Amino acid sequence: MKTIYADNAATTKMSKTALEAMMPYFTEIYGNPSSLHTPGQEAAEALWQAREDIAACIGAEAREITFTSGGSEADNQAIISAARSGARKNKKHIISTAVEHHAVLHTLRRLEKEGFAVTLLDVQPDGSVTPEQVKAAIRPDTCLVTVMFANNEIGTVNPIREIGAVCREAKVLFHTDAVQAVGHLPINVGEMNIDMLSASAHKFHGPKGTGFLYAKRGVVLTNVIDGGAQERGKRAGTENIPAIMGMAAALKEACANMEENTAKMIAVRDRLIAGLSEIPKSVLNGSRDHRLPGNVNFCFEGIEGESILLLLDDKGVCASSGSACTSGSLDPSHVLLAIGRPHEIAHGSLRLSVDESVTLEDADYIINAVKQTVEYLRNMSPVWRDLISGKKEFTIKD
Amino acid sequence: MALYSEKVMDHFRNPRNVGVIENADAVGEVGNAKCGDIMKIYLKIDNDVITDVKFETFGCGSAIASASMATELIKGKPLSEALALTNKAVVEALDGLPAHKVHCSVLAEEVIKKALQDYYERNGIEYDRTQFPDCDSCEHCSI
Repeated sequence: MKTIYADNAATTKMSKTALEAMMPYFTEIYGNPSSLHTPGQEAAEALWQAREDIAACIGAEAREITFTSGGSEADNQAIISAARSGARKNKKHIISTAVEHHAVLHTLRRLEKEGFAVTLLDVQPDGSVTPEQVKAAIRPDTCLVTVMFANNEIGTVNPIREIGAVCREAKVLFHTDAVQAVGHLPINVGEMNIDMLSASAHKFHGPKGTGFLYAKRGVVLTNVIDGGAQERGKRAGTENIPAIMGMAAALKEACANMEENTAKMIAVRDRLIAGLSEIPKSVLNGSRDHRLPGNVNFCFEGIEGESILLLLDDKGVCASSGSACTSGSLDPSHVLLAIGRPHEIAHGSLRLSVDESVTLEDADYIINAVKQTVEYLRNMSPVWRDLISGKKEFTIKD
Repeated sequence: MALYSEKVMDHFRNPRNVGVIENADAVGEVGNAKCGDIMKIYLKIDNDVITDVKFETFGCGSAIASASMATELIKGKPLSEALALTNKAVVEALDGLPAHKVHCSVLAEEVIKKALQDYYERNGIEYDRTQFPDCDSCEHCSI
């Protein structure tokens, strides 16, 4: 049976180019870039080249890139840095949104316990926030606005440039968690008024366990890992050179082929959205127009997400869900709740996230597999029985 | 290790006794859609013996498997045996459940008790209320 991997928002397959770029740095150029000898300096040179390549992909300068262990560490460091700088000026208010990744939300929660005030903006029904909302929330003591570039669950892309402009005007630092966007959407940190940006390599066909934080020149970073003087003293620990080389190669490749890849993904995404919309009592989550090229997210009334995933897996389709059972907690996805889906609907969600290798033929196979699965599960669901017999009212109207 | 045992996956993929019994002698339902799991069972009872059982479930893989296994364990059994079925017995029959899924087996135990309670009520049979779960004040979902 063929496997169709449609969980690229969770992680991606490494590209051959990225893998090949990594290999020499395990056994040939294995020196420590902090060493003065030739093998060390060769590694240092490679590291600088990777920094330049990555910076070029987002319109930044090499020295504005700090390598981290991934998106979560970059988010932590960006927020903590802004908070520490803010606190020195007695500015202890941070603005964010209700639909951020937990790497942002949990860092904010920790700062709240330390005495910071946090405003989590409610989102629009499509999951976005507006520049007007941000503007209205800024106070004299606001030290940071952190708004995700694109949502990892429902794929909604925020008006980052406009939000950045609002922050610039108010002289407030602006950070964006761009983990789902880097390598998939055109980004220019200068034009988009971004002061800090987090990225993770394994979301754009690079290796796991590596990422980077862009911090505009002049933004003071605070260490989250103390020790040696690597990364201009802002992130201790011997650099993971092979992974960084893989990340740089993957990002260069992704940016060079972005237009072509995006066109393919959008065609597949739109086919999936059209096909799954035919299922009765289904609803698309997230924005129809401002959406990541590979993201599809639906709720199906009367069934539960984990069952959908297990049955799809049996049919060779790898997907994910925002149900409580898949999150390991009693509550379904905070993102689906924030866009107004009631608990019982949020439990029945399905996220498909495709990359450029998924074909239109695959999309048709997925649509068919989802239709069969939804129908099968509804046929054994007491909730569905109550809904179709009129004992309960449908939440999803169509 | 996989999340679920082979037994759980077998009962999830090929659930036994799915469906509805029209004119059932007893019906039980537990759980709520907000929490993400609901079980409902229908019993045919003849001479204090469960002659037929069907179930419906809205829920995850282990909820479906737990309900399926529970119906197998009580089919053809006297009411006294069905009443004595514990969630632990369901878990054991399934070769174990992950810790955060054990509540699915609790629902399976409770839905049987609910149905039996319904049977006693319908037929005016005296029974010991303390043996039955008080689902209305259950807070396992804490919503």
